[in-house]
Amino acid sequence: MAENSAELRIKGGKVYDPTNGVDGEVRDVLVRDGRIVDKVSEKARTLNVHGMVVMPGGIDIHCHIAGPKVNLSRKLQPEDHRLDVHPGTDVTRSGVGGVTPSTFATGYRYAMLGYTTAFDAAVPPLAARHVIEEFHDTPVIDKGFYVLLGNNMFLYDLLKQGRKQDFKDAIAWWVTAARAASVKLVNAGSDEFWKGRRNENVTDVNEKIDPFDLTPLHATAAFIEAVDELNMPHPAHIHCNNLGHSGNVQTTLDTMRAAEGHRAHIAHIQFHSYAGELGKRVQTGSEAIIDYVNTHENITTDIGMVMFGKATAMTADAPLTWMLRFKDTKWINADTECESGCGVMPFSYQDTNYTHTMQWAIGLELFLLSQDPWRVMFSTDHPNGASFRTYPRLIRLLMDRGFRDEMMKQVNQKAISNSLLPQLDREYSLYEIAIITRAAPARALGLANKGHLGVGADADITIYTDDENRERMFNAPRYVIKAGKALIEDHEFVDDHIGRFLHTEPAYDPTIEDQIRPFFDDYYSIQFNNYRVDASYLHDHEVIPLRNSGNKKKGHQ
Amino acid sequence: MSETKTPEAAKDEPNIRIVEDATCTFCGCVCDDMELTVDLDANRITKAKNACVLGRAWFLQHGIEDHPQAMIDGQEVPLEEAMDEAARILHEAKFPITYGLSDSPCEAQRVAVAINDLVRGNIDTTTSVCHGPSGIAFQGVGESTSTLGEVKNRADLVIYWGGNPAESHPRHFTRYTVTPKGRYIPNGKKDRHVVLIDVRKTPSAPVADQLIRVKPGRDFELLWALRALVRGRDVHPEIEKITGVSREVLDELVERMKNCNFGVLFFGMGLTMTRGRHFNSGALLALATDLNKYTHFVAKPVRGHGNVTGADNVVSWQTGYPFGVNFHRGYPRFNPGEYTTVDLLARGDADAALMIATDPASNFPKRAIEHLKRIPVISLDAKPTYTSRQARVAFMVATYGINTGGTVYRMDDVPITLRPAFDSPFPTDEEILTGILTRLKKLRANGSRKAA
Repeated sequence: MAENSAELRIKGGKVYDPTNGVDGEVRDVLVRDGRIVDKVSEKARTLNVHGMVVMPGGIDIHCHIAGPKVNLSRKLQPEDHRLDVHPGTDVTRSGVGGVTPSTFATGYRYAMLGYTTAFDAAVPPLAARHVIEEFHDTPVIDKGFYVLLGNNMFLYDLLKQGRKQDFKDAIAWWVTAARAASVKLVNAGSDEFWKGRRNENVTDVNEKIDPFDLTPLHATAAFIEAVDELNMPHPAHIHCNNLGHSGNVQTTLDTMRAAEGHRAHIAHIQFHSYAGELGKRVQTGSEAIIDYVNTHENITTDIGMVMFGKATAMTADAPLTWMLRFKDTKWINADTECESGCGVMPFSYQDTNYTHTMQWAIGLELFLLSQDPWRVMFSTDHPNGASFRTYPRLIRLLMDRGFRDEMMKQVNQKAISNSLLPQLDREYSLYEIAIITRAAPARALGLANKGHLGVGADADITIYTDDENRERMFNAPRYVIKAGKALIEDHEFVDDHIGRFLHTEPAYDPTIEDQIRPFFDDYYSIQFNNYRVDASYLHDHEVIPLRNSGNKKKGHQ
Repeated sequence: MSETKTPEAAKDEPNIRIVEDATCTFCGCVCDDMELTVDLDANRITKAKNACVLGRAWFLQHGIEDHPQAMIDGQEVPLEEAMDEAARILHEAKFPITYGLSDSPCEAQRVAVAINDLVRGNIDTTTSVCHGPSGIAFQGVGESTSTLGEVKNRADLVIYWGGNPAESHPRHFTRYTVTPKGRYIPNGKKDRHVVLIDVRKTPSAPVADQLIRVKPGRDFELLWALRALVRGRDVHPEIEKITGVSREVLDELVERMKNCNFGVLFFGMGLTMTRGRHFNSGALLALATDLNKYTHFVAKPVRGHGNVTGADNVVSWQTGYPFGVNFHRGYPRFNPGEYTTVDLLARGDADAALMIATDPASNFPKRAIEHLKRIPVISLDAKPTYTSRQARVAFMVATYGINTGGTVYRMDDVPITLRPAFDSPFPTDEEILTGILTRLKKLRANGSRKAA
């Protein structure tokens, strides 16, 4: 009997599907035409996966994988590529790896970890077209991005003038024009300090941002409220002020308090959980931070873990990379008019270093103290805390107390003794890992058809060989199925796939364009009519529906 | 577009179309505020409002030539046959190379890289003969930079080094960097100090408040002296003799750079293609970075071709390297001097060449051209060129920005979508390259896979 390749019976695996409460039960997963279904025909191809672990494909809620900052980083580090080449196969394109791989290598390498969806966390609207072009060359994964609005001059003008409704409409316009999945704030207010005040930075969330008569905290709160009220599927995604500074716990708590009553996502919270005094040695602030998160349902967060080895600081927080720069390391600053800053710098985390070890420990502490895996999600802020290729090792650190103990012995002991890590016995279960890497990011992003294996879900499925060494297990899925198509079989690529572009479309009053256009004429260097990303760039895409809006999901081929 | 004219009416009235906010791809300024008046009957642009002298020539002199779409050895052939032959050449070659790309939209550039990945070829762009040294310097130093709009809004000190935009990029001054009023530069030029550093007084000099003439070939020494002075170190007592610039002028410039609010250094091929090359670019980029200890300072190469910046971006995102990339081992490798086209041809290395929107037969060194004559060449260009006349397979393609859409990147990495003015009977680069790629895939699938 001829097999019908559009149908698949994944037979006999241990299924981890937290959204549907399935915790390692042995059951079949059925696929037809790219979706999970409850019935397939006799002709369906059968994959026998007895004893293996079946999960939805991984979802990275916060990474930097496309666009100008990533491409600058690629260009900046030829040495990184040369050490880690990525040969093509009969079905896949070639590329280069390193901390910022080429587009093709990025997509394939995510797939090689069992990840099938990823969101770039920081895109200036002016560069949205570039990001989407790169996405077309980033295979396998579905992808989207958050658009940087947290230092947008026009929006700050509206805030200063107290035009709340216009502010909301303009945000919605910008998200739609750029084709974003949500709004990103980075070190709100800092652009004016950096570009306009000779490379200064915000130090206090309550200080005035000069020409705007606002504080960073006011601005942040206004964005959080507006994005929530626009019913965007994912709330404002926030990189708080004072990232990386000792004592920034207070800033982070202030920011979360400013979100009270509204949904907010705090990005890479590890970098914002530092106690101690400014300019002095960093101390762990993880308890204060995670206690707040644990008790406030409106907050979601991703950790932004650190792993030792090569990384790259890559952020719209340009002053941060300048602060990290030492001994004249090569460094990139890239200002985007009226919208954003950007800094890129090669960086290595060293296990002999007190601060780096503390950062590593704080990332683990936050996870081990988290009480709600549905709101505390996995990330390394790739490539800032570490490359996404370290995920399997970090997962093992969360799941394996013995492995953690071994590693703790090999790193800076002063930092370990100042951390809470030795006292924490918790080990994550596979079920919890499936939440923090799959189910929770899908829920936080409003992706109803992802992160689970219920009927109707996208058939993005990863199948791992069960292995007590969880690093080895998560490093090499046996099968990866994307949109119902087997792409990796027995650890080898057997097919290619482009992936889908995900974005959202909040509603706005179209007359807002009449307000925005004159600003463009005065202060931008491109024409208003050439700014918006037109539909020709979307190819295979999907509009993520707004919350409770009853919007029908639109899909286009 | 729903309005239909009667044939009678069409006879009387010229068939005119206005294209607003069109983009000029003639140079790296990529000005996107063109208002084109198009005579659709004559297939001509009759007016290009806002265009500079170069842009006007680009638009107004563009017509549809009576020329075959495809030729083999100078004889007209059907398009399909030419694509078959091009694919055969690339498939059978042991060392196929691709060069050009900087006057094609990104969509075509992406396919060009894909072809090279498949045939394990060598891909290089015109960057290797213009700002290649800046790309190399970038890898060593990094770059503090900004989009042009930020210069317009904030720069109170604007320095040009080794460039003559008045002739090469006429609207650079007027649209982006000197005359426009910006958010924090309410009086435009009055609020900026403009310095021109060059070996001679060029037509750009009248725009500048100050002209500093450096001795030819002494840019590096001058830059290094500035770096030293910025850091408070002393310089050679005879610095004036070495560089042609007095210590007083240097000191004044250093103070000006350290005390501005937002400074910018633009640099051209007068810096990158003279003695010192990537050392010059590196010194300039390092100077701009150093100045960030005192104030906000950025630098930017002034790029020439309309989409050379797009080529840098596309090749970088697909391969990790900006130009001079070789796929022979089945993955990208980068080595300027080895995989850059002039060097490679002069060595006699390639055995087939795909030339996209470029005319190396007219502007490469003699030895490189001689080798080009020995190997089968496939050319894609919107005009007949020396290269296309000598090519084994020559495709005549539609002109980007005038007859085709697509994406181009301005010199400051800002991507802009093109608005074509009128149709062309010629296919696009992307269509031809996609046709070749499809054929190459078939040839490989048929088992005749070449030994690597």
